[in-house]
Amino acid sequence: MRLNLKIWRQAGPNAAGRLVDYVAENVSPDMSFLEMLDVVNESLLRKGEESIAFDSDCREGICGMCSLVVNGVPHGPDRGTTVCQLHMRRFKDGDTITIEPWRARAFPVVKDLVVDRSAFDRIIAAGGYVSINCGGAPDGNAIPIPKDVAEAAMDSAQCIACGACVAACKNASAHLFMSAKISQLALLPQGDAERERRVVAMIEQADAEGFGSCSNEAECEAVCPKEIPISNIAKMTREYVRAVLAAK
Amino acid sequence: MTLDSKIPAGPIAEKWDRHKFEMKLVNPANKRKFTIIVVGTGLAGASAAASLGELGYNVLSFCIQDSPRRAHSIAAQGGINAAKNYQNDGDSIYRLFYDTVKGGDYRSREANVYRLAQVSVDIIDQCVAQGVPFAREYGGLLDNRSFGGAQVSRTFYARGQTGQQLLLGAYQSLMRQVHEKSVRMFARREMLDLVLIDGNARGIVVRNLVTGEIEKYAADAVCLATGGYGTVYYLSTNAVNSNVTAAWRAHKRGALFANPCFTQIHPTCIPVSGDHQSKLTLMSESLRNDGRVWVPKQKGDRRSPEQIPEEERDYYLERKYPSFGNLVPRDVASRNAKQACDDGRGVGESGLAVYLDFKDAIKRLGPEVIKEKYGNLFHMYQKITDENPYEVPMRIYPAIHYTMGGLWVDYNLMSTIPGLHVLGEANFSDHGANRLGASALMQGLADGYFVIPYTIGHYLASTPLPKVTTDHDAFKQAADNVQQRINTLLSVKGNRGIREIHRELGRIMWDDVGMARTQESLTRALTEIPKLREEFWHSVSVPGSPDNLNQSLEYAGRVADYLEFAELLALDALERRESCGGHFREESQTPDGEALRDDEHYSYVAAWEFQGVGKRPELHKEELVFDEVHPTQRSYK
Ligand SMILES: Cc1cc2nc3c(=O)[nH]c(=O)nc-3n(C[C@H](O)[C@H](O)[C@H](O)COP(=O)(O)OP(=O)(O)OC[C@H]3O[C@@H](n4cnc5c(N)ncnc54)[C@H](O)[C@@H]3O)c2cc1C
Ligand code: FES
Repeated sequence: MRLNLKIWRQAGPNAAGRLVDYVAENVSPDMSFLEMLDVVNESLLRKGEESIAFDSDCREGICGMCSLVVNGVPHGPDRGTTVCQLHMRRFKDGDTITIEPWRARAFPVVKDLVVDRSAFDRIIAAGGYVSINCGGAPDGNAIPIPKDVAEAAMDSAQCIACGACVAACKNASAHLFMSAKISQLALLPQGDAERERRVVAMIEQADAEGFGSCSNEAECEAVCPKEIPISNIAKMTREYVRAVLAAK
Repeated sequence: MTLDSKIPAGPIAEKWDRHKFEMKLVNPANKRKFTIIVVGTGLAGASAAASLGELGYNVLSFCIQDSPRRAHSIAAQGGINAAKNYQNDGDSIYRLFYDTVKGGDYRSREANVYRLAQVSVDIIDQCVAQGVPFAREYGGLLDNRSFGGAQVSRTFYARGQTGQQLLLGAYQSLMRQVHEKSVRMFARREMLDLVLIDGNARGIVVRNLVTGEIEKYAADAVCLATGGYGTVYYLSTNAVNSNVTAAWRAHKRGALFANPCFTQIHPTCIPVSGDHQSKLTLMSESLRNDGRVWVPKQKGDRRSPEQIPEEERDYYLERKYPSFGNLVPRDVASRNAKQACDDGRGVGESGLAVYLDFKDAIKRLGPEVIKEKYGNLFHMYQKITDENPYEVPMRIYPAIHYTMGGLWVDYNLMSTIPGLHVLGEANFSDHGANRLGASALMQGLADGYFVIPYTIGHYLASTPLPKVTTDHDAFKQAADNVQQRINTLLSVKGNRGIREIHRELGRIMWDDVGMARTQESLTRALTEIPKLREEFWHSVSVPGSPDNLNQSLEYAGRVADYLEFAELLALDALERRESCGGHFREESQTPDGEALRDDEHYSYVAAWEFQGVGKRPELHKEELVFDEVHPTQRSYK
């Protein structure tokens, strides 16, 4: 296959960026999307040109590092799939593909397709944990947890913090990301003691980072590679109300 | 140099407790005066940094990715072992210890393995308390499965994402310490040198991957938890940024490297589809519970699988190992797949694959049951290969998955450089020549949560450590070295891609230092690797500048280190003229083709001391003593 690529190039955080045209030759349908970019980069390198910067690590859909907007959709056209797991057989010879970085005020571009998502770490640091020190934990079976509760917690815990939810949202809201962690910990007895404090602290931090509010468009759910449902956001809202009422 | 493993005296079951009592403590009020650097935020590094922060030390934590949560540990699927005996099926600390020593083919240190089994039970408690959503039974208690051929059910899991959930638990504890300001987090930093002052590890030099700045950090002790070196083979199941750089640079500063030739090959990965491929994907071992492995009996049979009648198929594992069948251990399954392909009986376009066929299981259990058990794996397989494994057999092939070798450490996890501690996959200690499934996660967390918090305190309390700052000459010299290597890489300005050279190195390693090694193949590798290294420094193209994000520069640095390290791996494999675990020397096999150990000559840890690039390193031996588990020949017939 031969593909026409329009790729966002931006030299640094403060530089102006633009879409640059490239041609990808000899693309095999078995390639992953990122392998296709590897091949483009390899050919740039041989010409002594600077490669296109993009993030990836595990390349199997679990680390959350890859983060490309493909033809306007975070992670591209396949539902429930990170862009590292997207394969080129999804495209046709002669297609034009636009590739851009996540765009959100809280995720400034570092270079080309790479953005800074450290705001997510700061949201977790604000309260996304159970405050126990290593050492004194009771036996793992001391508190039975019903299977369906454990499963529901796991459903939320699957979030890979890629940030596609933010990139897809017109308000650049981090609600899906935050609510997944808040739901997981609120469901489990271990997370109960800090429930109120956690939800308030995380939401405050998200506001401080410049993430927007949620207006229920569900774009986040549509692009989430782990298919985390927006029911988590409803749960977070309930947790928040509960916390505010408890404070009164 | 004499290697002192510092194994405490006393009966094996009492060593750790006694040692904990005998070690010196740091007064709580003094802890914050000590700075500890932890490089790596995988299970080992994140758990260490969090725990040390909780104790009150001043911790500096580093990782390559944009967030500590993205370390390679996140990709582990299957589970984590612990000797809880919740299933009442006869498990115990001693049994886990025994299985691990035997599984490692008697090339690990008994005392370390026993301690690992001991603390395994605390790991589960710690993770549950963090809110890790482990699988549960209907009664609400923790569920277990059996894994990797173990005869007891001791593996805890969180769906197929156990590594993710354990890492997020550790990451959250780490971020809590960041919030409390006991840990400072430095993401997108790559450690490029270790700084020694008066012989002790006193700091590191890193490159800020965003600004390109060379930064210096001083400390009272350094912990490396930088993972394994599987990507020396280019294609592996490891994350693409995995590297040997931190460990290798520490090695060049004097830390001995132990058993580099002990690498693990996993039998069930999706085969290579072309040159463009950047990594291989693991298909869980559990598939072998219901899938049958076969190849055509006839060489070069190009018919599609459904056209090959039953009597013309060779179910070679069932034929050769009637009692274990398709469930033989990883190393045995991998070698047999290679043999079948070497015979010209491999399948698929490249001929480098064997079938894993679910037809009979689907007939017996129905597609619904198979879907319930393996649905997500079948889905992943179909996504990657565009073939439906419910209808056509899967094609699988072995791939590099884990590295048992690593920097040599004593019982306290300290390397031969005082103050430099090594944790997780980056050290060599617990898995001998072969790691059992679900034991890497256990080891990483054991090292970080339950071992290093004690042993590092002892080091700090018993070592005179005058204050140093990054103004010290040793920092300047290390930073200059780093800068110079970067300048050299950028100035080659050749025309060969970095990936192309890495791929070439991978081919040498896989063909000649891979699943079956011979005197001849290893000797060939030892002439080809230096040639390729030479070629790299003459013809590599590393465009861009040093003073911003430059992924080509990062990658080139890692490949350059691999080109040095690969030689050590091959040399270690050449010098170990026996087969054991994942290391198979064709010259050393039983009449029916199984790995043959040579305990009389090779019951030691090979720890190598760096003498210069291209110079023969010096071998130091740590003799292994087996007081508890007596070495026998493994048999799976
Ligand atoms: C696909 C797959 C599945 C697996 N499944 C299982 C399983 O089910 N059970 C099991 O027990 N094991 C499993 N393993 C093995 C296990 O995941 C690893 O051995 C383990 O996670 C390694 O953890 P670690 O903390 O030692 O290192 P890693 O998780 O590899 O972390 C390394 C860290 O070091 C950092 N780093 C590296 N170099 C530098 C540098 N130069 N400067 C700064 N930072 C650096 C990285 O950024 C990262 O944070 C699996 C492995 C793979 C590949
Ligand atoms: S690279 Fe890890 S999720 Fe895509």
